[in-house]
Amino acid sequence: MTLLRLYRWAVVGAAIALLEVLCLKRVIDPITMQAPHLIVRDLYRLLASGRMNGAIVKTLANTVLSLVLAVGVGLIVAALLHRRRTLRDTLDPLFATYYAVPVFAFYPFFIVVFGLGDLPQILIAFMLSVVAVIVNTLNGLDRIPPVLLKTARIMGLGAAETALRVTLPAAGPHIVTGVKLAVAYAFIGIIGSEFILSRGGIGYEISFAYNNFENAVMYPLIVLILIASVVLNSLVNGWERTMLERRGRR
Amino acid sequence: MSAVEAGAGPVPVSLRRVGKTFAGTSGRPVLQALGPIDLELRRGEFFAVVGPSGCGKSTLLEVIAGLTAASEGSVEFEGAPIRGNVPDGVGVVFQEDASLPWLTVRENVAFGLRRSGLSRAARETRVGDALRIAGLTDFAAAYPAQLSGGMRQRVCIARTLVTQPRLILLDEPFGALDQQTRLLMGEEVLRVWRETGATVLLITHALDEAAMLADRIGVMSARPGRLKEIVETGWPRQRDSGIIERPEFGAITARLWHHLRQESVKALGRAAPGTAEEETAVMGAR
Amino acid sequence: MRASPLRSALNGAMLVVALIVIWQLVYWSVGDSGLSSPLETARYTVALVTREGFGEHLYDTMRAFFIAFVISVTFGLSLGFWLGFDRLSGDVFEPMFATLYAIPKLTLYPILLLALGLGAPAKVGFGVLHGLIPIVLFTVGAVRNTRPILLKTGRVLKLSRWQTVRWILCPSAIPEIFTGLRVGFSLTLIGTLLAEMFASQRGLGYLLMTAIGLHNLPQIMSVTVLIVAFAASVSTLLLWMDRRLHERG
Repeated sequence: MTLLRLYRWAVVGAAIALLEVLCLKRVIDPITMQAPHLIVRDLYRLLASGRMNGAIVKTLANTVLSLVLAVGVGLIVAALLHRRRTLRDTLDPLFATYYAVPVFAFYPFFIVVFGLGDLPQILIAFMLSVVAVIVNTLNGLDRIPPVLLKTARIMGLGAAETALRVTLPAAGPHIVTGVKLAVAYAFIGIIGSEFILSRGGIGYEISFAYNNFENAVMYPLIVLILIASVVLNSLVNGWERTMLERRGRR
Repeated sequence: MSAVEAGAGPVPVSLRRVGKTFAGTSGRPVLQALGPIDLELRRGEFFAVVGPSGCGKSTLLEVIAGLTAASEGSVEFEGAPIRGNVPDGVGVVFQEDASLPWLTVRENVAFGLRRSGLSRAARETRVGDALRIAGLTDFAAAYPAQLSGGMRQRVCIARTLVTQPRLILLDEPFGALDQQTRLLMGEEVLRVWRETGATVLLITHALDEAAMLADRIGVMSARPGRLKEIVETGWPRQRDSGIIERPEFGAITARLWHHLRQESVKALGRAAPGTAEEETAVMGAR
Repeated sequence: MRASPLRSALNGAMLVVALIVIWQLVYWSVGDSGLSSPLETARYTVALVTREGFGEHLYDTMRAFFIAFVISVTFGLSLGFWLGFDRLSGDVFEPMFATLYAIPKLTLYPILLLALGLGAPAKVGFGVLHGLIPIVLFTVGAVRNTRPILLKTGRVLKLSRWQTVRWILCPSAIPEIFTGLRVGFSLTLIGTLLAEMFASQRGLGYLLMTAIGLHNLPQIMSVTVLIVAFAASVSTLLLWMDRRLHERG
């Protein structure tokens, strides 16, 4: 396993090295992109200057907020839908085609209704992530072996205790998968909206830098987001994996 | 775990004219799965139930456990009626692996004591005892996924034991295991039975298993399941798998098969729609 | 999943009706400044679609999307098969693709623009960026998850490597590959549209952006509805095919 990780880092390293060479040899001209080591330097300067702190906080706060909303609402809706077969069947086509629809198409509409603040972004991010939570949680609830619920009854557990001590842990891995997707989608939703139209946040800063030909700001920010999303994704992934390994499933 | 005096106290399980019918839902017909059945268990005995597939053996166990309410007749546990509620003092081991995969073996076993109201020390003693009886002390910190199928069933048995049940119901607990493991697990169950002094009801489709383990064996007819015959084995309480060497063992198994054969042929005749039907009917009734 | 096709169609129809009703209700509470009524939107859509020049926009979007999809499928399947067959490269690269899946690819957009310039190449590039990855991931999964018992059967029947691929592996992998293609389809469309919203003077995404700029509510809603309707209907069709494949497979 560690050998594989080594290979992966080697591949990444080789790619970056290649970029570096291409930039230094001017195959990629400096107007399009500066050399990787310069990007790193600019990133450091940017963070050190604190100029982007407001934007970073804004983006992060909005992402976390939409994520929490999505997970909370998603779990509750999934729990409700799991009991009501007819309602679930009616909504099934919606869930199935949901991610085919460009949710961003609704962003203009939200801006018109709610004005240009944080709310439309949070709504978009929420809309993107909540369905992932619902669908995966429903999946998890479906797959709970009935024998576990029978066991709960044998032991005289009440409804709340069963839900908390048996249903939730049993569906755990699937719920975590939903959360993993929700994290990615919330991030995409917020940053994407900031790109399209916004008054602040990292997406806005990247867009602004792009329009003003400020590569020294744009690339570092892009790299920052890439690193942040990879780190986040790995963390949740790691959590999911420990859960699965403990249960003997891969 | 104390032994219980034979013969004293209320009858552990009593069924009178018990029947179970599953109401038809859309697309599924009404299904009479069970009955009418009359059965009385003797205190501290090991009773096995055999029958053809689809005859309602599992339904019978669920009715006794209180997981399903009987459609007709009366079911009593220690003199008190059961109606779709699980009484205290009853433990159940299922065929499917019911160990909670997110808890260690020790936590799994302790889970059985959630509502016991015992002190922490008392709980730990009981858990330790149950682990010892089930032979799991060395594996207390492992997760079920790291254990074999047989060991996982032992976890479920230990979890049942920890509540000190007076009636232990086993629904084809060794169905998923290979033959050698089954025989060894059978010996384990006998040991547990002797140590706890509980009344045991075992559902199985394996005739040799029933003949080896039980004091009495009930043979069920094809659906709707009725008790066709009760065979007494007369084995001594102190027994193990060596019992299969006795000549009476062959005779008992032959007798069981003699009664079962006709019923099995009947069941096989409608096996394709029958068992699938019953399964979906049973699922729908939950 | 267990519902009959008629039932599913009914459910779908009910859902659409319910959505339109909700739309109308929201309109009544929010008014003309926030929303355009279903009727108004329908009227505008007809006018828009029949207007001069609309066809060109539509063609532009579809052409970019089509090219992007073909590229995604070709490279996606090839990469997927390679990574699926070759254990080592699969083990090394597959998790990397999975991580790429989770990255907000929108952030790479400025880079793509700088590299490819404005217009069609950027649209295609962005579409491919979105659509390639799921196709690769699903194909790798499909190939690697072939049930070992099927491969054993191939060996018992003395099939050559090529025959095994053709007669056992491919048919067994098709359902999951198809799911990848379906997801790839949707994502390629999204990628193309997003690109149009930023860097194009033509296409549906561009129409949407100009409508925002001019605060043209009916147009915003018309284009949105058109996009949603197209995406949803094709996706439903693909989903139906997907389910049929999985039932059979």
